[in-house]
Amino acid sequence: MAAPAALIECTPLRNQRIPAFVSNEPLVKISDLNFTYDRRPILTGINMTIPRGKVVAIMGQSGCGKTTTLRLIGGQLRPTHGEVRFDGRAMHELDSADLYAMRRRMGMLFQFGALFTDISVFDNVAFQMREHTDLSEAMIRDLVLLKLNAVGLRGAQNLMPSELSGGMARRVALARAIALDPLLMMYDEPFTGLDPITMGIIGQLIRQLNDALGGSSIIVTHDVQESLQIVDYVYFMADGKVVAEGTPDEIRASDKAYVHQFVWGEMDGPVPFQYPSEPYREQIYGAAHA
Amino acid sequence: MLDRATSALRGLGSRVTSRIWRLGFASRFLLATLLYSGTSFRRFFLTIREIYFTGVLSLIIILVSGLFVGMVLGLQGYDTLQRYGSSEALGILVALSLVRELGPVVSALLFASRAGSAITAEIGLMKATEQLSAMEMMAVNPIARVVAPRFWAGVISMPLLAALFSAMGIFGGYLVGVVLIGVDEGSFWSQMQASVDFREDIVNGVIKSAVFGIIVSWIAVFEGYDSEPTAEGVSGATTRTVVTSSLAILAADFILTAFMFRGA
Amino acid sequence: MNRMTLDLWVGIFVAIGLGALLFLALKVGNLSSANTGETYVLKANFDNIGGLKVRAPVKSAGVVVGRVGDIRLDADRYEAVVTMNISSQFMFPRDTFAKIRTSGLLGEQYIGLAVGGDTELIKPGEAVKKTESAMVLEDLVGQFLFNKASEGNDKK
Repeated sequence: MAAPAALIECTPLRNQRIPAFVSNEPLVKISDLNFTYDRRPILTGINMTIPRGKVVAIMGQSGCGKTTTLRLIGGQLRPTHGEVRFDGRAMHELDSADLYAMRRRMGMLFQFGALFTDISVFDNVAFQMREHTDLSEAMIRDLVLLKLNAVGLRGAQNLMPSELSGGMARRVALARAIALDPLLMMYDEPFTGLDPITMGIIGQLIRQLNDALGGSSIIVTHDVQESLQIVDYVYFMADGKVVAEGTPDEIRASDKAYVHQFVWGEMDGPVPFQYPSEPYREQIYGAAHA
Repeated sequence: MLDRATSALRGLGSRVTSRIWRLGFASRFLLATLLYSGTSFRRFFLTIREIYFTGVLSLIIILVSGLFVGMVLGLQGYDTLQRYGSSEALGILVALSLVRELGPVVSALLFASRAGSAITAEIGLMKATEQLSAMEMMAVNPIARVVAPRFWAGVISMPLLAALFSAMGIFGGYLVGVVLIGVDEGSFWSQMQASVDFREDIVNGVIKSAVFGIIVSWIAVFEGYDSEPTAEGVSGATTRTVVTSSLAILAADFILTAFMFRGA
Repeated sequence: MNRMTLDLWVGIFVAIGLGALLFLALKVGNLSSANTGETYVLKANFDNIGGLKVRAPVKSAGVVVGRVGDIRLDADRYEAVVTMNISSQFMFPRDTFAKIRTSGLLGEQYIGLAVGGDTELIKPGEAVKKTESAMVLEDLVGQFLFNKASEGNDKK
């Protein structure tokens, strides 16, 4: 794997960021975040801090509100109560022009890559550069090849997304997400559906890119073992609340029942194996008598 | 009894409210599309690409259907007209029915099922695979980048396709009437020219097809953008595009005809 | 699909589309015939215009020389006042006769201008003095029946 650090160093947009980089306050601060959809509470009283330069994981079962939290950070949803501050500014107070300006400094890797299926790998990575910068086509070509090289897919530049395997598509999507060297990278389930080798590659890439870009990363995942190896801090969510947090070592050593069940993948525990139902005995006998 | 009546009424009421709500939503969506149309003209290549997919790829079906409709008009028209001894009026019959009605309406119906459904399916799939979300997160407005170029491509292509349909149909009528049956060529064209008026018939036909183009493109992009992001959602939206736009075309055709050709 | 081929195809599409429009306008419609040039106005009063419509042709010796621009009723004399837009290249003598004619038995109605021998020409805006109203089919049939009936009476 090529070292991305040296390669990304020369991107022209990098200079803009230096003041923010120097600041001490956390890059993302979520305070008392509530979100209801259709009168159904999805998130209640979330507090999180994403410090600069760190990789933070948000873990929890499917449907516990992890992805919703990411969308709130990206400003795609508006909080019902509370706020998300990105680089010191509350996302929900921005007008659409400011919001879009803010999003240029974020990158997001979607669960299945979400590559644009009608254009080639090269054009996918070049997409944001063509939309947001006035760089010449020659310059864009160099930059795209740098980004593709960083994920090890420079040779695949002329393929269409339909010709890629799942792991390759995820890596191309990663190259696309870092196209403008974002301050904050968000990963939505980056390990889902990948074989162990690809999973390891993606995990290492996430860590290396984070350190090379000098920004922060948020990984939303339920893949415990893979992510505990690469992250600096973990938030555990269940039913729209943060139920535990700590460094990977603290999490591994945690004696909280929920965390223990999740980390060690136990079948029964605070999260029951059975879908809520009437007692087995009653149901059997009830059916027999009817 | 009373209970059942109230619940039936309530069902009717909620259905009407949701339809009206959806119509309002669609109107706001159209407004947003128009508002963010700048990109489709500043970077006209985006629109040209979509004209290729909506217009150029619909050419074959439009040309072939136009030819056959015209040939049928020639046969049927001749059969009817010669009973009254006025088979020379075949040119008028073919040209007027194509230019005023069949050209705009039939080509719009074909366009809805050929291009409209494709637009809906494409946008719906982009939504289902989170491509629209990804675009939004890349600070690119999907309405400006994806929806507006497709909308304008439809609006631009439709009148051209309708004109091609009519021209092809008249050629088909000529083929059957003059070449095959032997209606006098001179009177075929001259009678046609004497009674087809440029402003009254042709311009009105073009206006009709432009209106149909707006209706079909609007419905197609809206259904795609509003679709449920699942496989069933996208297929349902595609069906709805074809059904809704066909009904809307026919209804709009009646209204436009009532305004345009009230005699005079 | 690369950009050049795309442009080419769309170019072809737009060109033949506009070509079809042009074909409809020139070959099918009558845009090319004399209704776009300079015109002047003539008026004519008729007792009955029958089914004459606005934009109906005005012909002289069978050639279209203009179109009916406006039809209204003169409220004092209960006559129809027809305004004709005549192509400026044609002038007509003072004793021109304006008749409402029908092309074929059931065809559309038009105004035929039958030219007299006067040396003086009608000035633009003036009215044609001599007119002949439309033949109304019901009147003709009525007259025919009346004549038949009176013939029958004579024989007795």
